[in-house]
Amino acid sequence: MKKTLALVFAILLLAVSLVGCGGAGGEKTTIHLLNWGEYLEPTLIDQFQKENPDIIVKFTNTTSNEEMYTVCATEGTEIDIVVPSDYLVERFINEDLLAELDLNNIPNFKYVEEVSKTRTFDPESKYSIPYMMGTVGIVYNKTLVDEPVDSWDILWDEKYSGQILMYDSIRDSMMVALAKLGYDINSTNPEEIAKAGELLMQQKPLVYAYLTDEIRTSMIGGSVALAVDYSGAAVGAIQENSDLDYVVPKEGSNVWVDNLVVLKSSKNKEAAERFINFLCDPEVSKKNSEYIGYTTPNAEAMKMIDPELLENPAYPISSDVIDRCEYYKDLGDDLSLYNDVWMKLRTAG
Amino acid sequence: MKKKFFALPYIVWMILFTVMPLILVLVYAFFNTTPSGDVIFTTEYLASAFSPESLSVLWRSLGYALITTVLCLLIAYPAALLLSRLKPRTASILSLLFILPMWMNFLLRTYAWRALLDLNGPINQLLGLLGIPAQQMLYTEGAVIFGLVYNFLPFMLLPIYSVFTKMNTSYIEAAEDLGANKRQVLFRVILPLTRPGIITGITMVFMPAVSTFIISRLLGGAHYMMFGDLLENQFMLLKDWNTGSALALIMMILLIISMALMRKYDKDSTEGGTRLW
Repeated sequence: MKKTLALVFAILLLAVSLVGCGGAGGEKTTIHLLNWGEYLEPTLIDQFQKENPDIIVKFTNTTSNEEMYTVCATEGTEIDIVVPSDYLVERFINEDLLAELDLNNIPNFKYVEEVSKTRTFDPESKYSIPYMMGTVGIVYNKTLVDEPVDSWDILWDEKYSGQILMYDSIRDSMMVALAKLGYDINSTNPEEIAKAGELLMQQKPLVYAYLTDEIRTSMIGGSVALAVDYSGAAVGAIQENSDLDYVVPKEGSNVWVDNLVVLKSSKNKEAAERFINFLCDPEVSKKNSEYIGYTTPNAEAMKMIDPELLENPAYPISSDVIDRCEYYKDLGDDLSLYNDVWMKLRTAG
Repeated sequence: MKKKFFALPYIVWMILFTVMPLILVLVYAFFNTTPSGDVIFTTEYLASAFSPESLSVLWRSLGYALITTVLCLLIAYPAALLLSRLKPRTASILSLLFILPMWMNFLLRTYAWRALLDLNGPINQLLGLLGIPAQQMLYTEGAVIFGLVYNFLPFMLLPIYSVFTKMNTSYIEAAEDLGANKRQVLFRVILPLTRPGIITGITMVFMPAVSTFIISRLLGGAHYMMFGDLLENQFMLLKDWNTGSALALIMMILLIISMALMRKYDKDSTEGGTRLW
């Protein structure tokens, strides 16, 4: 039933996007990109189309991995390239939805190879190429926190009661508790998950609010001492308020990477690979990363990045941070264990 | 025949967007597809909708809605009384001021309150000028109830005001001529005559307040979940359409019960007054 409904919606969506592409015929190839909003420097598409006059790039935005999955798993989708996060790539691979990439068509792959190998879900880059990456950590206000911040423990310190913001997301909040307890952040052990839930419940009275994108504004405002946030959002916050700092706690955290993949159903695989190659070009990746604020996995681009951005504590991801962080894994049905604990926390008064 | 024809668009609309969704809610709440593709009847979803967690959220929502309704009534009734006594021109300008914010999306207005109530917000800055230390107002239960009262106040005021303006003042004069004091006039004449407006107001505030979502998240910092938020979470976050539908069903039954109660009170008191709907 659910699938039928999803299918109907997807067909409607497609019909709308088809209408949008009328007139793009000729000998040109059109490739469709499904991307997150504000996640590509806007002049880059023009640049690519100028360099490759035979290809037209159309793009659609999405707001969640779940939505991305629904669109891509629908039969007859027009989408060629998608930008899924790590655990969604894993799910796509498991469900055999991705085309194997021909790395000969992506010579710029060599610039992202280093990071690519660290990705536990596709270390050989058979199906996916890293696009942008980031971590989850603590943003804090140096004028309100006097001790050094290096551990998740500080988020349970009663001294900061009412001055802590948590991220309103199941995986990210549970990750903080699991990491603090020293457990695997992808744990599927019901006891460990229950303990992490209890820990979050203990923390609840200290938490000012559970927010998402608004964390950035609150931290810039300077009224809150500590917050869990994504590195890319922290980059922007620190640029606007120099009292802020960012740290990835010593217990470890989540490092994530968004990836470029081509769907198996794509009829324009070669053109898609050319676009991926373009995005891996160091100049392009530099420009892109500086615009969107997330860290480029491109070694050559990193050398050219605006030095001011490199000094921003949230932008560069050092190798020891990568060492102590982990990617999220697709939890499959075990996600319901997390859901139960989370709903208990959220419904409590 | 012709009259029926003109009602067709509305009937089609109602079937598509009221009847069909209701049927879908029932189907999702009571039927399950097994892996082999059989559709079977189940009360499993209804059982999980009655979990202690959702019940605690339900009680909280009912409590907030009740407080909101009482506060709205206490503010709106005297205001409507005063408005009806003013010169028509002044009254129409003042009631316009009440309605004006309703033309702006409630989400925008609620976002504005976030900025106003913030620790560094204008209200706290003003308090600072008076030498009062900054108060935490945002992300409290008080902020959630304030947000509800703020958003629903016009829905209480307008029906009561409308009954006041239609009220036949000769009843009051008659009561005064027959020697009733001010108190008696208010409680034995004015109040019963305005009862339909009060009841409409209560219905228009209480029912949407119970099912409100997003206000408690924006002004309560996701600390004080309401039933509407719970529903949203079931569908959007947990992708559990079945339990979500069961919860929606509980909500609808509650609303139908309270509507029936209101109707009953309304019926008892329509003589002499004006029925609103």
